[in-house]
Amino acid sequence: MQQPNKLTPFFENLNFERDDNTMVINFGPQHPSAHGQLRLVLELDGEQVVKAYPDIGYLHRGIEKMAENMTYNEFLPTTDRLDYIASTSNNYAYALAVEKLIGIEAPRRAQVIRTMLLELNRIISHLFFVATHALDVGAMSVFLYAFREREFAMDLMEDYCGARLTHSAVRIGGVPLDLPTGWLEAAATFCNKIDHEVVHTYGALLNENRIWKMRLEDVGVISAEDALSWGCTGPMLRGSGVNWDIRKEEPYELYPELDFDIPTSDRCDSYGRFMIYMEEMKQSTRIIRQLIPMYKKTEPQLMAHAPQYISAPKEEIMTQNYALMQHFVLVTQGMRPPKGEVYVPTESPKGELGFYIKSEGEPYAYRLKCRAPSFFHTGLLQELLVGTYIADVVTIIGTTNIVFGEVDR
Amino acid sequence: MRKYVPKDNVQGKSYYTDRFWVAPRVPRTEVEAEGHFAQVLTTLAKLAKEAYVELGQMVIHIDASQNFEVMKTLKEACGYTQCSEQSAVDYLAKDGEFELFYQLLNITEAKRVRVICRIKQNEAIESIEPLYKSANFAEREIFDMFGIKVNNHPFLKRILMPDDWEGHPLLKTYPMIGDEFASWYEVDKIFGKEYRDVIGPENRDQARIERYDTKRFSRVGYEVPFDADISAGETKTDIEYSETVLVDYTKNSGKQLDERR
Repeated sequence: MQQPNKLTPFFENLNFERDDNTMVINFGPQHPSAHGQLRLVLELDGEQVVKAYPDIGYLHRGIEKMAENMTYNEFLPTTDRLDYIASTSNNYAYALAVEKLIGIEAPRRAQVIRTMLLELNRIISHLFFVATHALDVGAMSVFLYAFREREFAMDLMEDYCGARLTHSAVRIGGVPLDLPTGWLEAAATFCNKIDHEVVHTYGALLNENRIWKMRLEDVGVISAEDALSWGCTGPMLRGSGVNWDIRKEEPYELYPELDFDIPTSDRCDSYGRFMIYMEEMKQSTRIIRQLIPMYKKTEPQLMAHAPQYISAPKEEIMTQNYALMQHFVLVTQGMRPPKGEVYVPTESPKGELGFYIKSEGEPYAYRLKCRAPSFFHTGLLQELLVGTYIADVVTIIGTTNIVFGEVDR
Repeated sequence: MRKYVPKDNVQGKSYYTDRFWVAPRVPRTEVEAEGHFAQVLTTLAKLAKEAYVELGQMVIHIDASQNFEVMKTLKEACGYTQCSEQSAVDYLAKDGEFELFYQLLNITEAKRVRVICRIKQNEAIESIEPLYKSANFAEREIFDMFGIKVNNHPFLKRILMPDDWEGHPLLKTYPMIGDEFASWYEVDKIFGKEYRDVIGPENRDQARIERYDTKRFSRVGYEVPFDADISAGETKTDIEYSETVLVDYTKNSGKQLDERR
């Protein structure tokens, strides 16, 4: 115990007096580099981390509990609050799980729009990663440039659905809106901009930057075997040389028709992962460019036709009695999917985002489990941080790209 | 008479149920005679009690006491190198059991398998942490949310809820707005138990409207007729009530319509 007096004040975050001469420091939960509400308890021997204990739960809102108390459509906006950096990917993962459960498929135009939004969200999330990672490591200017482009991407999202952060831009069975006029042209311009900026601004500032490389190379090394065992997915897994991307391996939406590459790295360190993020942004723009001509060939239907589960379009509800009745039942009672269980994985910007839904045939899910990539990446910290120096702790937290909305749920 | 509410499941329920509605079931198919899933089943042999394919993924029911053995076989002989997710489902009200599931992934074959076992209320399950390190956090979450003990876990401790929390939030008996303990938790923690009488329990009902709350505008003279007494017998408090006044613009009189009480 500390015994504070005038000469030795009480140190809130430090515990000096230990038998083995190590120091325990408390990192967070309000640390700017902790990317949210992460509390890390680090045991230090000099500057080296001997033991790390990630303490989570500061943003726990009981989203899985809420899912059991809401009808399927009611719950959809709540999924925005999981990974709030790229909320459309959460909406999509949830909508896809429910669609698979009730056995419907979104119409072609909705699929094109969804895929575009998913890739746009991937860019938003990756820009955020590059910006905050660079800021954590000490490169201030990259943060400013990357956030500038992220604003443009969020403007595109705002043009589409009216929201910048919590989009709810996907519905079970399709999308709520068609693209506004001029959106495709704006998206194409944005893709050109991102391609240019990734190479000539962030790439030029960071890729061969001596300080950046010194801070990232051989920091946070994780072998492929460990990455698999700890449940790492997404860039964390591909950064360890495992070529695994759900968009390619278990394709969903329009991904089987699209031509794109999966960047991997054998470096197993933070620098390799950073390069993957940079390359993935370019691949995302490539996907969006391919989707623009596909959109023009589609029929205007936006929501799947499945009257038992999904409300008819507004025009039908306002003109046809039966559609109105169906709509009334679906709004007041909610849809009743068949009994069964489903686990649907999707490749969110952070990794494998999957929803497990257990339905007992009621309008409320009997159990919903959100498999969040960041939760498992946070678990990894307790092994990854051991043996590193305190200066690298922030780099390693940054490279895992964890978002606390989905860690704590 | 008060409406009957079952105490063993206090989660959201539909207000209307059709007596003749029989919920259909998602189709389950037999495991095909050849292919990857059939190989897995032959490797598992007697360990698998029941197996079928549901929506593209094989589901294997096993005995809860053999979970480590099954996982070891699946990891080492069948190439299921990643445990994507594991959690539990509360069937205490219906069967007095928990259902645990393990969602496994084979990266080389791009196949997924779900292993399901059932345990009784006070039974413990063996940890699979030596096989899959992702179980470290996942099993702590199961313990936190359902109170299921996990044997041989390196550090079984609450993960999302505070360490001194009582109750397990994802049980069906646990109400969404929290129980008695939850409503006193912050009062006890911040002010101390002796302040319970002064402060009162935390109101965790998200639909509650505070009359003297001037930030939310649900009661600013719109739902009640003009000139009605809206105090509902409450005594005046120090908290300022909204100063909105309604003026009669229609007759050009500019007369103030409601006298605030």
